Amino acid sequence: MKSSSFAYRRAATAEEAVALAREAGEDARFLAGGQSLLAALNFRLDEPCMLIDIGRIGALRGIRRVEGALKIGALTRHAEIAASVEIAKHLPLVAQAIHEVAHPAIRNRGTFGGSIALADAAAEMPACALALGARMHLLGPDGPRRVAADEFFLGLYETALEPGELLTHVEIPIPPAGACHGFAELARRRGDYAMAGLAMMLGPRTGAGRDWARIVFFGIADRAVRSPSAEAAIVAGAAPEECAACATDGLDVFGDMNAAESTKRHYAAVLLRRELDRISDEENRV
Amino acid sequence: MSVTTRYDRPNSYIGKSVPRPNAVRLLHGRGRYVDDKVLPRMLHAAFLRSPHAHARILRIDAAAARSMPGVVAVFDGNDIAQVMTPWVGVLTHLSGMRSPPQPALARDVARWQGEPVVMVVAHSRAAAEDALERIEVEYEPLVPVCDMQAALAPEAPRIHPELDSNLCWERKIEVGDVDAAFAAQGATVVERSFTFGRHTGVTLEPRAVIADYDPAEDRLTMHYSGQAPHMMQAVIARHLNMPEARVRVVAQDVGGSFGIKIHTYGDEMATLAASKLLRRPVKFVADRLESFQSDIHARDHRITARAAIDGEGRLTAVEIDDITGIGPYSVYPRSSGIEGNQVINLTGAPYDLPAYRARLRVVFQNKVPMCQYRAVGHPIAMAVMEGLMDEMAAASGRDPAELRRLNLRADDSYPSASPQGMRFADLSHQACLEKLLDLMDYKTLRAECDRLRQQGVYRGIGLVSMVEVTNPSPMFYGVGGAPIAAQDGASVRLDASGAVHVSNSITEQGQGTEAILAQIAAEVMGVDISTVHVVTGDTAVVPYGGGTWASRGAGIGGEAMYQAARALRQQILATAAAILQTRPEKLDLCEGQVVDADSLEPRIPLSDLARMVYYRGNELPEGLQPELIASRHFKVSDYPFVFTNGAMASYVEVDPETGMVKLLGHWVVEDVGTILNEKLVDEQIRGGVVQGIGGALFEECLYSQDGQLLNATMADYLVPMASEMLDIHIAHVVTPTRTSELGAKGAGEAGTAGAPGAVMNAVNDALRPLGAHMAQMPMTPERILRALGRV
Ligand SMILES: Cc1cc2nc3c(=O)[nH]c(=O)nc-3n(C[C@H](O)[C@H](O)[C@H](O)COP(=O)(O)OP(=O)(O)OC[C@H]3O[C@@H](n4cnc5c(N)ncnc54)[C@H](O)[C@@H]3O)c2cc1C
Repeated sequence: MKSSSFAYRRAATAEEAVALAREAGEDARFLAGGQSLLAALNFRLDEPCMLIDIGRIGALRGIRRVEGALKIGALTRHAEIAASVEIAKHLPLVAQAIHEVAHPAIRNRGTFGGSIALADAAAEMPACALALGARMHLLGPDGPRRVAADEFFLGLYETALEPGELLTHVEIPIPPAGACHGFAELARRRGDYAMAGLAMMLGPRTGAGRDWARIVFFGIADRAVRSPSAEAAIVAGAAPEECAACATDGLDVFGDMNAAESTKRHYAAVLLRRELDRISDEENRV
Repeated sequence: MSVTTRYDRPNSYIGKSVPRPNAVRLLHGRGRYVDDKVLPRMLHAAFLRSPHAHARILRIDAAAARSMPGVVAVFDGNDIAQVMTPWVGVLTHLSGMRSPPQPALARDVARWQGEPVVMVVAHSRAAAEDALERIEVEYEPLVPVCDMQAALAPEAPRIHPELDSNLCWERKIEVGDVDAAFAAQGATVVERSFTFGRHTGVTLEPRAVIADYDPAEDRLTMHYSGQAPHMMQAVIARHLNMPEARVRVVAQDVGGSFGIKIHTYGDEMATLAASKLLRRPVKFVADRLESFQSDIHARDHRITARAAIDGEGRLTAVEIDDITGIGPYSVYPRSSGIEGNQVINLTGAPYDLPAYRARLRVVFQNKVPMCQYRAVGHPIAMAVMEGLMDEMAAASGRDPAELRRLNLRADDSYPSASPQGMRFADLSHQACLEKLLDLMDYKTLRAECDRLRQQGVYRGIGLVSMVEVTNPSPMFYGVGGAPIAAQDGASVRLDASGAVHVSNSITEQGQGTEAILAQIAAEVMGVDISTVHVVTGDTAVVPYGGGTWASRGAGIGGEAMYQAARALRQQILATAAAILQTRPEKLDLCEGQVVDADSLEPRIPLSDLARMVYYRGNELPEGLQPELIASRHFKVSDYPFVFTNGAMASYVEVDPETGMVKLLGHWVVEDVGTILNEKLVDEQIRGGVVQGIGGALFEECLYSQDGQLLNATMADYLVPMASEMLDIHIAHVVTPTRTSELGAKGAGEAGTAGAPGAVMNAVNDALRPLGAHMAQMPMTPERILRALGRV
């Protein structure tokens, strides 16, 4: 199919992009890497009146070290995340997960900010942002604001972004010493959106338990979701099987063509148990 | 392996892995696919397709669409029917088969979601699609009949009210005393039910056509992405009511076919009709969404099968009951009966089998039409039989390889026939199995599986012995009244510069047809392959013939090429002998020269000879024809098909907690007769294996209960990708067919035929210690978990 016709504008700055969006109204879309948006256009699932190309806004690109955090520009490409030394050093969870995002060609164009703004329920980067307690920097007609990951992902393709609001940066705190991460996903083919995935951060060890835990599942609900029951069990020092047994307690899980709801719950539990087993094996080995 | 060639000379190409001459052109981006072609005054078509699986069309209002910018015409089913007659997809030799007339665009009732209903022709595809959005169609939804078993119930709504049921065709076979075999003392009997999902071909280049009607000459040219130009020519002429010779079909580069592009499609036919009505070129290129909704689907079987071995392990009987769903029409002109027919014809074919019973029911349903796709019926027949073999081996405590050894048709037993009447010659099941077991190091692999099982790792080995129907004779379609040639023709001529021009009725789909034609001609003519120029795919130019399907290109078109080149060679030698005042037997052709047969001393270059014949005919001896051209056609006689055979093995690991299957090894030993180009044969086998694995593990057209196709995108319909695939090891056994001089059998479908069964058996071997069993394809992780009782 061919997309329906639309106007096209290219913004030189974030401010200009926001101003253009305000002029054009609710039916305008920001165009970042285009890897998701153009597909929607070509299926005529979305028929925007205008695309505002933010692809050339240099200030939105790149990874910077700030006080206790990395600040990732929204236009940073997946491939740049994968190649970044800073990310590898400070955010190994992201470094591991990024390789599961689509295929190389798509990672060359797709952007970190696009992934976060799109908020696909099965996408890796939103899950990592949630597990790492990221803060989203937004710019709207009324100026900038910040939203914590916990308040950002609201539902199926639904975020705290207001119409016309631009995600400019994502600030991710560098985990404290003693913290560790876990990541796993099950996809039928390499690079596909996951049937079920897990991104997690565990705080430093306290006895059998953990200081804190942020356990995030993706691909099983309407968005990346934390599992309060699993987090509580891990902090309390429960055995991996017990933590896994309550992995999806209280979560609204939805099935899809590849896995029914019960299968997704099963997968979430298996992924969590395996990652917890792996971490405890590795920690016991040292 | 090394292939023996007949002549070990500078121009020996037969048997060599010559690179495809056309690959360079395609890699340079110089392909001439239909969508690359732009004709003057060309228009673009787009189709409004039925959103319902089954609905009455009450009203079509296209007034708003007609007045959209860029729109030239809007046609509905009735408009197209003014110039195009409907078609009926039955073959008379499949007796009792019935299917009502099918119009290009639905009239009155739409019978599958995706059936074309209205066509818009506009200055661009985008403008045509804009107009589609403005067309209003009022539908009265009818009860969709989707499940093929339910479709046969007496109370099921009828898809075609003029028929008394939704049954398209039924066939039964009974040979030998089946009941006695199953009841015999000491017999091991197993019974299994299998489900094979629907999948589809997913060609890289979608279906595409430009119809170019020239009223000045009353001539219609179809630029076509397809496999059988002459068949299409006949179909078009018949249904547009034109003399066949006024229809020209041109198929240049084709980006994959797999059997998808050999059928009559309403959207393509409507495009031809529109060009005739508008007297302008009209292009239609299916997009991916409509490919999923309108390209033929494949497989879709529900099967119950039983088999028995006696106390010695010898096969005594097989029984199979196959229901297959074909969508609302049997597809024209090949019919949708062949797939099921092959299933019941081929089940058990590799084995000595005394008694056999089969029932096939081919059923109408409100889904995309189903028809012949690569390896038609074979993967089903092989998976069922090989699945039963493994179950019988397990039940009787035998090694699966051992049970096959006991029962395979002996290599020295040919010619022979199966209970179904399939006639076999020149097969090598035993040699292939032994070579396979050797190649994969079966014993070591078995030991590794057993050892790992103790550690909770579940690996399995799956074996398949198989046949493939190739090089069909007229017994396939021609006898059934279809305009489908079983012969192919080749012509070859020498031009005045000494270059060789060949044309052939088989077509190039990316498989290397043109390479083998050049190889054969170059070798026989004793010229460098770079001086051979090949033309295929144009009904105005090439000899009349069948085209590419049923693994027949090399075996039939290749043999015709061989015979034609030999004839021209004789002509040249006779002419040269006359000129050189010697006898033809004293001469030979080598490196572009007529040479002395014994010493290979050059006597006269082909270019000099050609110039003398064409320019200075006065110098030729009296009575010598001034021509350097020959044509030959070839069909297979004496045998209805040339069977090939092979053996395959798959090695997998199943994660019982996730149901994920990891492919660890795949081996193929295939006997394609004389190998013309080993690289091309191996590519065919590998590609086929990957498609077979697709059917076994990934690919499925998923439908909702009410007949909505749920996964019509490349994101949701999973084709196997490079990351999931593995090295596929290939070896050959060579038993040339007696039906031709070249001895080449077919190679195009073997991989697809055997791979699904091999993978299924491997998965089941891995699952056996866990007490689980898979009998549904694709074997998705979730289905495996269900079989294991984990979810
Ligand atoms: C075949 C395929 C497989 C894929 N597999 C995966 C996968 O496994 N995992 C995964 O996570 N992703 C996957 N993707 C999606 C890919 O990662 C996308 O690139 C990404 O989700 C969107 O990024 P983008 O830059 O392309 O955004 P675009 O497509 O340009 O935009 C997506 C949406 O976000 C909005 N948007 C973009 N940037 C901003 C911004 N800065 N502020 C506000 N709104 C914005 C756009 O307006 C649009 O609505 C896949 C894509 C394809 C085509």
